[in-house]
Amino acid sequence: MLTFNTLVGVCFLYVIMLFLVAFVADKRARRSKVRFLSSPMIYTLSLSVYCTAWTFYGAVGYAARSGLEFVTIYLGPTLVMIGWWWFLRKLVRVGRSQRVTSIADLVSSRYGKSNLLGVLVTLIAVIGTTPYIALQLQSVTLSFAVFARDRSAGWVIPDLEQTAIWVAGGLALFTILFGTRNLDVNERHHGVVTAIAVEAVVKLVALMAVGIFVVWGIGGGAQGISAAMNEAIQAAPEGAWSLQGGRWVGLTFLSAAAFLTLPRMFQVLVVENVDERQLATASWAFPLYLFLMSLFVIPIAVVGLAILPKGENPDLFVLTLPLYFERDGLAMLAFLGGFSSATSMVIVASIALATMVSNHIIMPLWLSTRLGVDASEYRDARQILLSARRLSIVGILALGYFYYRISGGGAALAAIGLISFAGVAQVLPAMAGGLFWRGASRSGAVAGLITGFVIWAYTLFLPSFGEAGVMSASMLADGPWGIAALRPQALFGVDGLDPVVHALFWSLILNCSVFVSVSLLSFPSPLERLQAAQFVNVLDQSGPARGRSFNAATSEDLLVMAQEIMGSDQAQAWFQAQAEQQGKQGYLPDTTPDFIGRLERELSGLVGTATAHAMIGQILGGTTVSVDDLLAVADETQQMLEQTSQLEAKQLELTTTARQLSEVNEKLTQLSIQKDAFLSQISHELRTPMTSIRAFSEILRDGGANDPEAAARHASIIHDESVRLTRLLDDLLDLSVLENGQVQLYPRREVMRDVLDRAIAATSSVIDQEKMHIHRNRSDEGVALYTDTDRLAQVFINLISNAAKYCDAKDKRLAIRVRQRGGRLQVDFVDNGSGVPLESQSMIFEKFSRLSDQAAAGGAGLGLAICREIMDKLDGSITYLPGQSGAAFRVTLPIGTQSPFGRTWPSDINHL
Amino acid sequence: MRSPREPLFLARQSYRRRRVEDAARLLPLLGVVLFLLPLMVGGAIGNVRLAFVFSSWFFLILFAMLLARHLGRDSEQQSTGPQSKPVRPSEDPAGTR
Amino acid sequence: MTKQVLVIEDEPNIAEAISFILSRDGWSVSTHASGTTAVQAVRDAKPDVLILDVMLPGKSGYDILQDLRSADDTRALPVLMLTARGQKTDRDLAERLGVNRFMTKPFSNSEMLTNLRELVGG
Repeated sequence: MLTFNTLVGVCFLYVIMLFLVAFVADKRARRSKVRFLSSPMIYTLSLSVYCTAWTFYGAVGYAARSGLEFVTIYLGPTLVMIGWWWFLRKLVRVGRSQRVTSIADLVSSRYGKSNLLGVLVTLIAVIGTTPYIALQLQSVTLSFAVFARDRSAGWVIPDLEQTAIWVAGGLALFTILFGTRNLDVNERHHGVVTAIAVEAVVKLVALMAVGIFVVWGIGGGAQGISAAMNEAIQAAPEGAWSLQGGRWVGLTFLSAAAFLTLPRMFQVLVVENVDERQLATASWAFPLYLFLMSLFVIPIAVVGLAILPKGENPDLFVLTLPLYFERDGLAMLAFLGGFSSATSMVIVASIALATMVSNHIIMPLWLSTRLGVDASEYRDARQILLSARRLSIVGILALGYFYYRISGGGAALAAIGLISFAGVAQVLPAMAGGLFWRGASRSGAVAGLITGFVIWAYTLFLPSFGEAGVMSASMLADGPWGIAALRPQALFGVDGLDPVVHALFWSLILNCSVFVSVSLLSFPSPLERLQAAQFVNVLDQSGPARGRSFNAATSEDLLVMAQEIMGSDQAQAWFQAQAEQQGKQGYLPDTTPDFIGRLERELSGLVGTATAHAMIGQILGGTTVSVDDLLAVADETQQMLEQTSQLEAKQLELTTTARQLSEVNEKLTQLSIQKDAFLSQISHELRTPMTSIRAFSEILRDGGANDPEAAARHASIIHDESVRLTRLLDDLLDLSVLENGQVQLYPRREVMRDVLDRAIAATSSVIDQEKMHIHRNRSDEGVALYTDTDRLAQVFINLISNAAKYCDAKDKRLAIRVRQRGGRLQVDFVDNGSGVPLESQSMIFEKFSRLSDQAAAGGAGLGLAICREIMDKLDGSITYLPGQSGAAFRVTLPIGTQSPFGRTWPSDINHL
Repeated sequence: MRSPREPLFLARQSYRRRRVEDAARLLPLLGVVLFLLPLMVGGAIGNVRLAFVFSSWFFLILFAMLLARHLGRDSEQQSTGPQSKPVRPSEDPAGTR
Repeated sequence: MTKQVLVIEDEPNIAEAISFILSRDGWSVSTHASGTTAVQAVRDAKPDVLILDVMLPGKSGYDILQDLRSADDTRALPVLMLTARGQKTDRDLAERLGVNRFMTKPFSNSEMLTNLRELVGG
């Protein structure tokens, strides 16, 4: 006789067995004996968390009410599994290579690690899953109640509320013990998965045992079942057993979508996946499991309908049929099957949800409160994370329990299964789009998710609370404010659809449309585009997950990346300098926060702050983007930078060339004009003496003057003019040599006084002729020179003779003053004449710029031009000094010019 | 001189693999078609339709199993094959052992 | 009757050469060296023919010619121009301004005499 205590005791033993299984599996996993654990069969069986108590018990009830339609819940996942080559393979590959921890993490990671998306998906998952957990609690308590019901004699009617709270508490304990024991980067839970595999076997065996008992034990074999089915169809309300096309297709699709997006399914399908072979096997083995799970559903349903008294809850036929025939052992097994279904779902769902809640909500909040904390402070982050997980698990189970309490169980809760499916299915567009479409953007995903979620809530979730809930009866019938187009269950006038199909249709259609159109219109960030490429092209990339761990990012990784961005030499130099600052040799400094900050700033100058931050963040703490991927981006950036700078350089070059060309052109034009003017001047200067020479020589040829004195005078004019001509040619030659830089200087050591003496001696004839008096201060002139003193003397001679010739004072005087100023030597020649008029002062050093046309002076107007060229060559200068008593010229010379080679060696030459 | 048959054999193998992949891609479409067929006939679900749904389901599973055997093996090869460096003669296990 | 010729030339040697050649040919020669006062000198001397250098201190031969051609009393005065810059542009400019004869330095003495004789209608 099955007593309540026995039941609880068996239950307790069963739970202890699960603990042991999980414990042993965890231990083996930690000893790396994972061969058995990573076997495809365990993986396949763990997928059975899809079959919850709702399907374990509910499928029979569903079949009893609607016939074959229950099978859609299994057909959807079957199609997904046998089509693994399309979708699941990619999803699992992405999950592994990106080290995805949950579906929220997948979506967030795909769209540029957007935490907003992570939070959104987490919220949808929590809202969609909490009622589902409540449903499991309900099924467990109901199954307890079944045992209690008609055996009131020996049984204490258990307090259902208490049962639920015990179940919830026990599940929380188990989940915390095995779900948060380790904080694995891969988020794999070998213990839990193995326990769930065991539960999967129990579920299957229990259901099949009940099925076999029903068919061959009481149903009379296949024949009897067939007859019972026909009977059931006859008895059922009109059309209940016929297939409704919309629901058939819609529910198949919905279950397929939910199979991919349910947090618990994602957990076992993707996160707990170790190896692609697991998926290959599961592609047929899991459909087979579903097949077997549903094989006896209809027989149990029709036999239950036929045999059990009317009014019996078909949802519990699996339990009540064995009990009816007093098969306590079988009933016990069935109970354990249902218990297993409920517990495995709750455990996995709460692990998945806790991961999401702690990673996307609690940790970001915690981090935001500790902004600016030193990196070493993050050591306790691990502990915080574990606590967050545990708290989340308790919170989620508490939420489920309270939902169960508030909803009060019953039919409203039973309907929550499909509603929950439709809710989480809203993630599908963002997920599938993210896997297959590079253009899918963060904004699109956010907008689509919100749209789908809102419509789901409006058309399905909120109306599910019934008329007593959020929506009034009139609102459901006539729409809000009487707007018929907004009726929650007949949106935009689409009437006559099943509410679930209606909600699914509108929410997913609008979700997809908004997702696609916003994606088309928005422009993703670099990180987002990088992630997009990685997700979409995951199958073209490396197969197995990268074995490299980035938790211990070495500065070598950073150097490799920096080289790609900054260029090798610059990056190496920079890293070396940083290492030196830390007192290290070589190129690899320690990755201190200080160093990271500096590197980030350094890089942000090149790739922008956000990208630099993301890149370094990825290398240091990220587990999703590998160095190789970053290199690809960096390479691209570098190429773009190079191209840009090349273009800029070319443009600059072109601009410079254009400017140079126009300058040259201008210069050539100037030169051409100057050349014309110069030739014209030369022509004039040569022709003038030639004219006199020719005229007088013709006079002489024609007999000459009769007067011998005049004849002699004519001859002397010819002589003077030819001397003038020669001197002009000499000057021209001299100037040409100086201007072309071909002049050879002969520097030597001489005292200034001697140079002046020589110059005055050379001009003594003209000085005497003009009766000019020269004033000198010979004591100042003892300066030693090292220069081409012959050329210097030539300048002095020119200045002295100019003064003699052009000074218009009656009593001509020339003062020559020598002094040192600012490291240079100044020699001033100041006469007492009227000087050079202001307007001519800028002209006097030009060629042929004789002020007056006193040809008698004998100059061709080249003297000062030659002086200027000579002083240029001697590293000095000659200028006109205005504002003196007369014409004043200043010759400036460098002092300390020791060698013709200029300066001494630069001091830093020793470093070579 | 190398045997001309070798690349031919390899090409054939990869050709076969491609076709298996094609079949794997087509299988869910076949499943959709099979699962839509019961809708084509109106009325209540009879034994025949029940049997059809379950038997087509079972055949899909059988197909998937056959394909998965190929693909599972192939994907295993793929994950160690093209990604690994080309085997140098000195490292060729077949050549040394 | 001796013809009167005025020579405006700043190079003393050239002026002397021209004076000698013309005097020996029977001309009455006067010389002037400045450009600025040249027009006044023409009015004072009232020559039958004018020899005008281009490069003069103070005022160029072209300016002087322009002044002469714009005044009634000197408009018809025959002018022989001398220049040391024998470029075509110089000759063109002189002809536009109404010069009668144009010679580049150095010149041939006999050629100058021929030109002068033609100018005074000899």
